[in-house]
Amino acid sequence: MNILTYLIPISLILGGLGLAFFVFTIRSNQYDDPEGDARRILSDAYDDKPKQD
Amino acid sequence: MTAALRPALSACPACAAAPAAEALAGRDAPKDAQLILSLPTIHCAACIAKVERALQDDPRVHAARVNLTLKRVSIEAAPGLRAEDIIPTVEAAGFEAHELDRAALSATATDRAGRDLVMRLAVAGFASMNVMLLSVAVWSGAEGPTRDLFHWISAAIVLPAVAFSAQPFFANAWRALRARSLNMDVPISLAILLALATSLWETSLSGEHAYFDAAMALTFFLLTGRYLDHRTRAIARSAAEELTALEVPRAWRLSDDGEMQVDVADLRPGDLIRVRPGGRMPVDGVISDGHSELDRSLLTGETLPVQALPGQVVSAGEVNLTGPLTVRATAVGRDSSLHRMADLVAVAESGRSRYTSLADRAAKLYAPGVHILSALAFVGWYLYAGDLRVALNIAAAVLIITCPCALGLAVPAVTTAASGRLFKRGLLIKNGTALERLAQVDTVVFDKTGTLTNGTPVLTNLADIAPEDLSVARALARGSAHPLAQAICAAGGGDALSDAALGAVTEVPGHGTEAHWQGRRVRLGRASWVGAEPGPLTATYLRIGDAEPVAFTFTDQLRPGAAEAVLGLQKAGLAVRLISGDTAPAVEALARTLDIADWQADALPEDKARAIARLSDDGHRVLMVGDGLNDTAALAAAHVSISPASALDAARVASDIVLLGQALDPIPDALGTSRKALRRIRENFTIATWYNVIAVPLAIAGLCSPLIAALAMSASSITVSLNALRLR
Repeated sequence: MNILTYLIPISLILGGLGLAFFVFTIRSNQYDDPEGDARRILSDAYDDKPKQD
Repeated sequence: MTAALRPALSACPACAAAPAAEALAGRDAPKDAQLILSLPTIHCAACIAKVERALQDDPRVHAARVNLTLKRVSIEAAPGLRAEDIIPTVEAAGFEAHELDRAALSATATDRAGRDLVMRLAVAGFASMNVMLLSVAVWSGAEGPTRDLFHWISAAIVLPAVAFSAQPFFANAWRALRARSLNMDVPISLAILLALATSLWETSLSGEHAYFDAAMALTFFLLTGRYLDHRTRAIARSAAEELTALEVPRAWRLSDDGEMQVDVADLRPGDLIRVRPGGRMPVDGVISDGHSELDRSLLTGETLPVQALPGQVVSAGEVNLTGPLTVRATAVGRDSSLHRMADLVAVAESGRSRYTSLADRAAKLYAPGVHILSALAFVGWYLYAGDLRVALNIAAAVLIITCPCALGLAVPAVTTAASGRLFKRGLLIKNGTALERLAQVDTVVFDKTGTLTNGTPVLTNLADIAPEDLSVARALARGSAHPLAQAICAAGGGDALSDAALGAVTEVPGHGTEAHWQGRRVRLGRASWVGAEPGPLTATYLRIGDAEPVAFTFTDQLRPGAAEAVLGLQKAGLAVRLISGDTAPAVEALARTLDIADWQADALPEDKARAIARLSDDGHRVLMVGDGLNDTAALAAAHVSISPASALDAARVASDIVLLGQALDPIPDALGTSRKALRRIRENFTIATWYNVIAVPLAIAGLCSPLIAALAMSASSITVSLNALRLR
């Protein structure tokens, strides 16, 4: 059962990374225009001015 | 939901300082113009690229960004650029564009609340998943130090997670307790806190039962319900805001330096304001110069325009039709008649706020019941076993099992599904309890002008008019903005005379149009001006030379879907009534076309509100459908109200549901959906109750393990959500 000493912290850290990443996406307004972002990827023009604020 | 008005959230201090520095610099430099345009027709990647490229090719535009979800484009442009200058650029690219008033789009606060909820939901979701995994090990038989270790790890995850995620419940419960009342959040908070406290105690004594997973899952499910609720309301609010923002309040002020465009908010009593034909009166005032006609249909329900002469009093909201007018303002903003109507609305609305929603009524029964039950379990077990630890454990189990998890999801899940479905059909549900109230309706009251009818007249006696008269009339009508003239042009039939044949056409504002044809004077306009005998119907008259005047009679055009809507409602067993401010013959004609037996004409705004109040006193639940300022009081007084998107802002604010499209036929659909939604809510309550009925005796008997608690809670929440989704 000693393996738990590694597995539990590892799983918690990985989950925590996921959570931190999700918080980052919220804070950087990545859910403002889900439909537009889904379509923009189809446009061949390089999107060099993503909305910053 | 909001695109442009979000403050930057940034992790690095330099980024946070940069805008401040920019703002300091910006004080001297002229500021960039920030514009938002609504683009109702964009739908694909190519549209985005086309609009952005078109805008960026314009040297005055610094940056343009399309938001496809909101169908808007936000533009940063050279100082002083106005929407009128840039809209042609977008229209040239092939897209319809309308200016949005930025001040009306201030949804930042609600959006921050939404983001806050998502963050809490994410933390709760993360914590409950991890704790559930640890619990699986315990349920499947971990014992001794392993179990204790797992419990301690769970506690380490759950305690901070609950402290962060469950704050909305704690805050609400505290507010209710301070006001000495109970709401749904009191048992929730108590269950979470008691479960955590007993679990900690159990764990420290290396006991078997810990409810960390249940407390966390409870928080997660309840936050989901909260978030769904918030999102439905935020979508409705942002759509309602967009409707308001489409009416940019501007006016032309006359001063010594000439005409200047100003915001309506900057107008003062005594200002001289120029109102062009087709423009809406921004203020109450007195006409100081000019002749024209006024369309008052939004204020009074009259279809027929009234004459406007110098010295006549006008009110805000009336539309100027034929000639330019100069108005001296007497009352602006809050003092204008538009806003005075708000008093009537406030009085009427106090009646509606007494409505308690199904969820609130359930909570009123539920909250004390739950507390009494768990207190009884605690006292009973304490007396029977004489052990505080066992008694507390069982009381916590009872609270967790009975916690209104499914109840908290039951209503929001159904309203979200129903609102989403109705939004697709063009109905915007503005109020959380509107669906419930709509389902209870048994009487529908319609307004006439602008609601059942378009407010635009159509020619009725086309067949009786000689082709020659018609072509003269069409030539005369061609240049006029008057609705009756436009109706003659729209009617078709016969070729209009060329301008050359008719000679110079002059419009005499307030009277009609005049020209010379084959050496005779021809006039098209008011009966008195032309020299005709006015009839009972809405009409305009043509007179060629000294010949007998020819009458062109009109009727108001039905809004598309009006007949279907009335028929559908009658078929659904509802009483349909018509109350209008228009004249009796016009109302009677419409009532007969639509087969409405019960109609009332010449109703003042107070009459309408009183009629609604009388119906309510007789025990009817009234749905009011109206659009005008004269309907606002009635809209607010009714049990539930619908107004079309073309209605005045005041009417839209007073109503619960806004009809986004032109047609009226979604109304019977909405009624059907709302009844179905109410049925689903009831079913959900029943499901939640059954879960409790089965699980509570187990909990009280002390047979409830954390596994059973987790199963019952998750299963009931999932069944309730799935049942709600059947509505789509």
